[in-house]
Amino acid sequence: MPLTDRFPSQSQMPESTPDKSTPGLTVKGLTCARDDRVLFKNLDFRLEPGQALQIEGPNGSGKTTMLRILCGLTLPTEGEVLWNGLAIEDNRAEYMGAMDFIGHAHGIKKELTPMENLQVAMAMANTRPEQSLEAVLEKVGLRGFEDVPAITLSAGQCRRVALGRLLLSKSLLWILDEPFTALDVQGQAQIESMLVNHVEQGGMVILTSHHPLALKDGMLKIINLRP
Amino acid sequence: MSEASLYQAFSTVLKRDLTLAYRTRTEMVNPMLFFIIVISLFPLAVSPDPKVLQSLAPGVIWVAALLATLLSLDSMFRSDFDDGALEQMLLSVHPVSVLVLGKVLAHWLVTGIPLLLLAPLLAVLLHMPSDSIPALMTTLALGGPILSLVGAIGVALTVGLRRGGVLLSLLILPLYIPVLIFAANAVSNAAAGLAIAGQLYFLGALLALALTLAPIATAAALRISLR
Repeated sequence: MPLTDRFPSQSQMPESTPDKSTPGLTVKGLTCARDDRVLFKNLDFRLEPGQALQIEGPNGSGKTTMLRILCGLTLPTEGEVLWNGLAIEDNRAEYMGAMDFIGHAHGIKKELTPMENLQVAMAMANTRPEQSLEAVLEKVGLRGFEDVPAITLSAGQCRRVALGRLLLSKSLLWILDEPFTALDVQGQAQIESMLVNHVEQGGMVILTSHHPLALKDGMLKIINLRP
Repeated sequence: MSEASLYQAFSTVLKRDLTLAYRTRTEMVNPMLFFIIVISLFPLAVSPDPKVLQSLAPGVIWVAALLATLLSLDSMFRSDFDDGALEQMLLSVHPVSVLVLGKVLAHWLVTGIPLLLLAPLLAVLLHMPSDSIPALMTTLALGGPILSLVGAIGVALTVGLRRGGVLLSLLILPLYIPVLIFAANAVSNAAAGLAIAGQLYFLGALLALALTLAPIATAAALRISLR
């Protein structure tokens, strides 16, 4: 895809051909228009292991759309998303194995118990957990709720089940849409330390949130989607 | 990816959907009740004369089974769409068509099998000769899965629409017609003591076609719906 005839990009990242040996997410000339309204235009950035990307912007500025494009659910109007140098559509199996997405709707089945929800998630991700599911549920503060249907849990507790999935995941890249929604102060702090931990251990996080993350300079990139 | 993990993903989806169906079993009863009510109204409305009912029976039972299946289709992806589980399915490392096949099989087990088991009782109610009942069961066993498989394509295409019900019927009914013709004709022929092998071969061929192509089409339709 020719990049030369495009407008100058908004980002400060130098244009370079990504090295296939280093894992990372590269976004080139990403443009998305919805109903004749341009949400974002010619976005270029690259995210490498040990980095987090925070997407900010007012409501309706395209934060969720951007995340859905990055995980391959939605197609951009123009531009491409590359994982390890290959377009994510051509590299689906590898990308899906390396990426975890928790959207607004977190995919927790109300009729199943937290335990069953995690078991299904593990089978879908094709990973064998290193720690027991009980231990994970205890870590996210759901001890004693393992075997009750999720319909009896509060919104915050359901979100904790979804975040418990991240503790079990071996994915490099976490894409999270407003992960702090519905959580109490203690829950927010716990998730924040989880995210910081993941990035410091060489993982990658992309999230939409206005919550400041306690990461060292150079580890956190911020994109502001101004309308 | 190994075959074992593919099979595990398939059986996880199957088990998950059967558990969900069991925990929301009151909804599951609806299509069965519809099936029984429609058929039991015919002797009251048309004529209690066994000769009349006998000639109507194959068509009536098959039309009622077809409409009962249509009634139950919408639930196949609806709740997964609403709570985000469908997004997680599309982002799984496994091929979406395999997961779809698990869901369709679960759908057939909870709606197709009960209809299959109820059919002989309702056939007796309509004075169908007892030697045509095996033919009725065979056509339902071959045709029922086709209805679920083909229906899944339509539901996948309309799941993103708030009021997709009418559109779903318009999309799916034309595809159901060949199944209806061959199946009802086979049962009538069996009642008249004629050979039915030809019709059964056709149903078998349609089943093989649907089994191989419908999951792929459904997976593609789901991707379009979630875009």
